[in-house]
Amino acid sequence: MATMAQAIRLALHYGEENLGVTDVFGEDVGPPLGGVFTCTQGLRTAWNSPLDERGIVGMATGIALAGGRPVAEIQFCDYMFNAIDLLKLAGNASWGSNGAYHLPMVVMTPVGSGIHGSMYHSHSVESVLTHIPGWKVVMPSTPLDAYGLMLAAIEDPNPVFFLPPKALLRTKGEEPIPGEPEDARELHNRIDAPLGDRSQWKPDWPEVGRHLVPIGKAKRMREGRNATVLTYGRLAPVCLEADKQLRAEGFSFDLFDLRSLVPLDWDAIVASVSRTHRLLVVNEDTEVTNFGEHLIRGVIDRAFGELEAAPVLCAGADVPGIGMAWSLEAASVPQLPNVIAAMRALAVAPAREAGGRGFLELPTRLARYR
Amino acid sequence: MDTSLELRIHALMVGARVLEEQLIAMTRSGDGYFWIGGPGEEAFNVPLGLLVHKGEGPAFDYLHLHYRSSATLLAMGAAPIDTLRQMRSVATDPYSGGRNFVNHYARHDWNVVPVTPTIEVQYAQAIGTAHVQRRAGGEGITIVNGGDAGAAEGDFATSLVWSSRPGQELPILIVVANNHYGISTEQRTQWAMSDIASRAEPFGIRHARVDGCDPRASYAAIAEAMAYVRAERRPFCLQADVSRLHGHSSSTGGGLVAERDGLLEYEAALIAEGKLTGEQAAAVWDERRRALKADLETVRGEPFPDPSTIHAHTFYEGEVR
Ligand SMILES: Cc1ncc(C[n+]2csc(CCOP(=O)(O)OP(=O)(O)O)c2C)c(N)n1
Repeated sequence: MATMAQAIRLALHYGEENLGVTDVFGEDVGPPLGGVFTCTQGLRTAWNSPLDERGIVGMATGIALAGGRPVAEIQFCDYMFNAIDLLKLAGNASWGSNGAYHLPMVVMTPVGSGIHGSMYHSHSVESVLTHIPGWKVVMPSTPLDAYGLMLAAIEDPNPVFFLPPKALLRTKGEEPIPGEPEDARELHNRIDAPLGDRSQWKPDWPEVGRHLVPIGKAKRMREGRNATVLTYGRLAPVCLEADKQLRAEGFSFDLFDLRSLVPLDWDAIVASVSRTHRLLVVNEDTEVTNFGEHLIRGVIDRAFGELEAAPVLCAGADVPGIGMAWSLEAASVPQLPNVIAAMRALAVAPAREAGGRGFLELPTRLARYR
Repeated sequence: MDTSLELRIHALMVGARVLEEQLIAMTRSGDGYFWIGGPGEEAFNVPLGLLVHKGEGPAFDYLHLHYRSSATLLAMGAAPIDTLRQMRSVATDPYSGGRNFVNHYARHDWNVVPVTPTIEVQYAQAIGTAHVQRRAGGEGITIVNGGDAGAAEGDFATSLVWSSRPGQELPILIVVANNHYGISTEQRTQWAMSDIASRAEPFGIRHARVDGCDPRASYAAIAEAMAYVRAERRPFCLQADVSRLHGHSSSTGGGLVAERDGLLEYEAALIAEGKLTGEQAAAVWDERRRALKADLETVRGEPFPDPSTIHAHTFYEGEVR
């Protein structure tokens, strides 16, 4: 099975050959490195840019304005903050010109913690990026979804943020990409750049097929009854594991990998909450002005009467950075035990009584789920 | 330069000046809220507009303009009434549908990309259209224009670095319209160098400085720079010293200030050279003023944007253009 990094590379290759991608570029994106996470090795249109995030976003915008189809990379999402106004401008080009222009461009940037990245390689940025109207925002948690979301992002006529979780880029999936060789060794030999001198190396691309994950469709990872759990990115597999362990205790959860944060699959979310009557959101961004708060507000707007316990957000601590020491990182962003504790607490909380004075108060801070 | 072109430039400069004066008057008559524009830049901006290869797509020139570029748009053939529409924020405003400040154009059929109030960002975006044109070959170039104070932003350095990458040089004309102020702050209090275009020197980018109050000198300088960029497919940085005749914007009053007026200088020269009489000149001003008055009456009868349209075009839903 392909890793997520290989899946992204295969998707970009498919995009170059079939979807009109003209430029895959960014810092160290072209040869010899092919990306610090290897996502762009061997691609026909990949090139290295100056170390200038504003320039990278501006270049992508200009390419799209002139009819090209760029996929630009910000090497780590932690370094996209100096490009915020260029990102905003890309998001408002269509609206501000009353539809005269639109920008088919993808900005890919690896997000989140879990790679011992300390203060500046562990950021989560979805709360910031979903706050830039005019952009779609997708985040895969499996290689196949990464492949399908990248193809959908390339095809979309609007700017799309593609946010692979750093910690999952080297993990393998359980479902193959259409056309992927069965033997992982073979895939490795064909598309991973060799160590050492690569100047003569060319990939031997497998014939990969079209597989789109529609932007705006959540994936129901598990069906269950005790609560609806909404998550995405690095914590999707963590929630799956938590659900598995809690099934041994007799609990089960309706577990969603949202995959697309803009637009959101409200239909799926509301339908699930209407069955389970409880909601937990799990992500790793800092908890203040967290995207999960938007999810909770959206459920309250749409299905308040369905809730029988206060909705819960299990998110990262509100700290200025993720500490380098593992003890600090583990205390700052949700880990498996925290997620299990949050899911169990919500499942066993007594239901709000009919006519009662309000919702049961559940702890929302990470520190309380120990 | 033949006399007919000289007179055409004069008429366009007058048209642009009268338009800006009309816009300023509109802030006072309740026909608009905020004015920002380019009175004092006509002598540079009209020749620029006349020299543009106008059209759609990479074979033609891309324009990344700033909010003082009205004369360039008019010289390209834009209808003055459309700028009145944007000033009054009516639904018929073809540049933004009543969404943006006046003089913030966007025209797909002329490669005029959306102008933004965000200073200097156009320099970071212009490299992208130029990149597409480098690959396409042909004669199409990218033109980017902005002020002097904004050149302190990193985006200006971005345009220099990215347009001169060895072997990847871009067909881009980088213009700095130097009016020696950023709102109230004098350039000489913040910049140790006065010749901003010479920042291109260490990158091996050709550069020049021109009197942007002199339309004939500007025409020649722009034509030379463009010819180089079109043929050599390499960047050129051109600084034009211009005036800011009504101050920064309506936020600083919009009144006339004592600076060099390239239009009046030019008109006097044409008269002295016997190419134009005083009466003919006056007739040009009168005709433009009368036409604009009529345009304003038309615009006053047009509807404001329907509030139910606020979400329109947040996302584009059609085929990629
Ligand atoms: C990034 C940014 N910072 C600040 C402002 C506020 N502002 C508007 S115009 C201006 C001065 C611009 O001066 P200059 O670049 O010389 O252009 P000019 O207006 O003189 O033509 C400032 C500070 C802005 N619009 N954008």
